[in-house]
Amino acid sequence: MAKIVKIGMADLNVATPPDVLQTCGLGSCVGVCLWDNVTKVGGMAHVMLPSSGQGKSGNDAKFADTAIPWLIDEMRKLGADRLRLTAKIAGGAQMFSFYSENDIMKIGDRNVEAVKTVLAQFKIRITAQDTGGNYGRTIEFYPESNKLYIRTINLGEKFV
Amino acid sequence: MQNFDNISEFQLDAFREIGTIGAGNGATALSQLMNRKIGMTVPAIKILPFSKVPEEVGGPEIPVTGIITTVEGPAPCNILFLFPINSARFLVDKLLGSDDIVNENISDMGKSALSELVNIVTGAYLNSLASFTKLQFTPSVPALAIDMAGAILDTVLAQIGIAGDHALLLQTVFTETEENVTGHFFLLPEAGSLEKILQSIGVKG
Repeated sequence: MAKIVKIGMADLNVATPPDVLQTCGLGSCVGVCLWDNVTKVGGMAHVMLPSSGQGKSGNDAKFADTAIPWLIDEMRKLGADRLRLTAKIAGGAQMFSFYSENDIMKIGDRNVEAVKTVLAQFKIRITAQDTGGNYGRTIEFYPESNKLYIRTINLGEKFV
Repeated sequence: MQNFDNISEFQLDAFREIGTIGAGNGATALSQLMNRKIGMTVPAIKILPFSKVPEEVGGPEIPVTGIITTVEGPAPCNILFLFPINSARFLVDKLLGSDDIVNENISDMGKSALSELVNIVTGAYLNSLASFTKLQFTPSVPALAIDMAGAILDTVLAQIGIAGDHALLLQTVFTETEENVTGHFFLLPEAGSLEKILQSIGVKG
């Protein structure tokens, strides 16, 4: 029986087929899915902020620059090879439209940029991306097939 | 790291008391605006890890109308008003008439009216907070989104996320009993703001 592994806000986890990784209600956060095409080990992180910067918060899953290295480590424990990893990313929306002078509105874009930068540092290629816009997304990642399922309230659902 | 470990029960009680008075003013303003009886719950204070916050409004995938106001000043906060979709529709209908709900969707005018309603309630709340604490609270123009609760909350929580992994919520539920209209009001202080508010009313740990 396939199990659904739920990932909360500022959280990450790994799975192997037939299990599925799921995170609900991504807004400005970015869902990062990594996959090894040989071992079919999959991993997902629900990244909330771009960079851990100076502040140490205790939760490395929250920031792009600490979550991705940690996710890679967890996947290697299940036999994944870092050099084979590819990525699919979704989220990074701007939920509220008429803010002024406030960083909160740009947090989605900044999250996406930070995730891409960190993936590039690890030489991980992005094979699919569904980011931006002004709507929330629920995502499910299938390590069996490397399919990423994306559901929205007003814009239907799709696989990428 | 801000996980609110150092906040005492006594301090939380004081904060809850301020919240009760603020919410009372908010409920009065709402009642006058809608010309209806509005009830409110005694504010609950919750300190939750981020991943648990969406459960407070029925889960991350529940569609809601979220209206956020950022509050600047010496003790910056975020105020989030969440209405279930049906409640939002009812309020728009009462404020403007049903022309502004087409195929169950709320028109731009309806969204604007809801934002204004929240602006008035939030203003009443902050006025009471300001007169109590002698601190200045400057609210932004409210911003509205209709989407999954989780998606709305994660944007709000990202704002306070840099400092810790927990959110302190001061939650009040406003209800209109005849039509079962509810609205969840959340006050989320940013890092350090809770201490400032407590200091200003002379409450120490």
